[in-house]
Amino acid sequence: MDKKIYSKEEIQAIANSIRKQILGIALKSGGCYLAQACSSAEIVASLYTNVMNLGPSEGLWEPIPFPGVPGPDNMDYPKGMMYNGAPAPDKDRFFVSCCHYASVIYCALAATGRISPDCMDKFNVDGWNMEMIGAEHSPGFENTAGSLGQTISIAGGTAHARKRRGDTGKCFVMLGDGELQEGQTWECIQAASHYKLDNLIIVIDANGQQVEGKIEDQMTEEPLIERFKSFGAECVSVDGHDIDAFCNAFKTPHKDKPLVVIGRTLGYTGIKPLEKRWPFLHFVRISADEREEYQKIYDEM
Amino acid sequence: MKIEVNTHEKNILRLAEEHPELVVLSADLGTSCEVKKFRAMYPDRYFTMGIAEQNMTSWAAGLAREGYRPFIHTFAVFEYRRVLDQVEMSVAYPNLPVVFVGFVPGITTPGGVSHQSINDVAVMRSVPNMAIFDVGDATDIDYILDMAYDYNGPVYIRQLRKEVPRLFPADEPVIFNRARVLSEGDDVVILSSSICTEEAMRATAVLKERGISVSHMHVTTLKPFSDPTIVDAIAKAKYGVVTIENHLDIGGLGSATADLMAEHGLGKRLIKIGLKGYAHGASKMYLMEKYGINAMNLVKAVEELTGRDLNIGKDDLEEVRFVDFLEV
Ligand SMILES: Cc1ncc(C[n+]2csc(CCOP(=O)(O)OP(=O)(O)O)c2C)c(N)n1
Ligand SMILES: [Mg+2]
Repeated sequence: MDKKIYSKEEIQAIANSIRKQILGIALKSGGCYLAQACSSAEIVASLYTNVMNLGPSEGLWEPIPFPGVPGPDNMDYPKGMMYNGAPAPDKDRFFVSCCHYASVIYCALAATGRISPDCMDKFNVDGWNMEMIGAEHSPGFENTAGSLGQTISIAGGTAHARKRRGDTGKCFVMLGDGELQEGQTWECIQAASHYKLDNLIIVIDANGQQVEGKIEDQMTEEPLIERFKSFGAECVSVDGHDIDAFCNAFKTPHKDKPLVVIGRTLGYTGIKPLEKRWPFLHFVRISADEREEYQKIYDEM
Repeated sequence: MKIEVNTHEKNILRLAEEHPELVVLSADLGTSCEVKKFRAMYPDRYFTMGIAEQNMTSWAAGLAREGYRPFIHTFAVFEYRRVLDQVEMSVAYPNLPVVFVGFVPGITTPGGVSHQSINDVAVMRSVPNMAIFDVGDATDIDYILDMAYDYNGPVYIRQLRKEVPRLFPADEPVIFNRARVLSEGDDVVILSSSICTEEAMRATAVLKERGISVSHMHVTTLKPFSDPTIVDAIAKAKYGVVTIENHLDIGGLGSATADLMAEHGLGKRLIKIGLKGYAHGASKMYLMEKYGINAMNLVKAVEELTGRDLNIGKDDLEEVRFVDFLEV
């Protein structure tokens, strides 16, 4: 079966639906990781459509109660990765490192027909698998990502194994920009370039913010492109809200090197009133007197 | 019961005023660990280290070697798991006075397994030179930072944030390596720590009504753990001991108690209430109930030890105070 090519409008519609659903959650619960939806909606929508080559979802259509902690008697529980399709030599794999973006991933799965459109009813509900921070059982997640900076290395090891085996599919891993501060991120790039892992594709939602505020007020990361290149990766930086530019970035030649695609984004894209709070947008609360303003935006979306 | 808010924030500001060499380090979680105000008031004594805990830990060692008093603020889980080698070789071995203030300990975080410090006490107990304090109420918070400051070596604190009940009189200080006696009795000894003390207090009230003579003690100092009051109480207990903790049932308060009992030749039964393994992401109250770290399970343990059916139901236990975090 040939891979469906989505139009820019279709991808934008998926991105819009992600933003809208997550704004809906913020309105319902009083707060959530809303800025991450605003910054990464186009990135995630593009990945799940034209960028990655995934098989059809093999995950359960409806959310399920938490299927238990992995252990000797519990290894066959439904895996979150199956929502990205069954692993196959020619298919891509997707690793999410920015664990707190879980709601964005769930909504992207829903918007691309990989899970029930009503799945968010069980988001962050006690006892269910749709946790706020993703782990192995969470739809769309390959691994327990909550400790930042580890998933890139798990993706690296997976890419290494697949390269040795001769798989043609790639390993994508999505990161926030905050976790680039973890030393492990750079240890991974160093190893991936040493082992010439051109099948490892690192995608970064560079929204310029982290928990305590602006990235450069916490720990300077720039110049990112030069840093990645000097560690042996190929690296391009594009506007992460420009779907064409973002999708084209993956065509950058990167022979014998991992490829890093930096999407430059803003955490208030599509929800203008958030702009005045920037860069303090890590966890967005909507107070009672702001509800009306945001409800109106939601209704118009 | 009075609920206090941001008690740590007030105390770290007070301590900072008293000790100009006190500095705070954080790995992008200062705003989640009640040092936002500290950052605003003392910008030149607040070091943002980026999301890079390993570097931060050894960095604190360097500052301590030069006479600063670093107080590391992040989630408890990020102060022992990925940084253990740095904790041991940079800080613990040279016995440097670095204070690890670890927030949302155990299952008090909505962040799921990666954020739950369920074996931190077990790990840190095995680190030579490290003292461990586990906070259970606002009065604990009021005194714990001074106790850590005065300790001659590294300290790991399991700290509570935001709304915290005041269970103990504000003018009765925490005493180093001494449990707080909450009730005296000679049928059973109950040792509780962290958020479990509040649970245990709900249980002991009813147990006493049903005629059980309960010795209940709240443990703040988990290491060292050699309080003679605890030894004496256990020696007197007719039926045995129950421990309840916001931690794995291996390596924490329960295991420390087992060691103490064995060392003093106190051959009695011990029931350890705690997590049996990794948990998952959900609210604190849900997880406490699911994993049995609650008043009801404590009652059951006492029934088992005494061999009596006390006929205590959920309704008999005082209303649960519900404080949960929306945000990781
Ligand atoms: C090892 C580790 N340290 C700290 C955290 C806590 N934490 C969760 S998200 C986050 C910020 C991550 O940066 P980024 O993704 O850029 O933040 P955002 O853009 O979503 O505001 C932090 C510090 C963590 N999950 N793991
Ligand atoms: Mg960011």
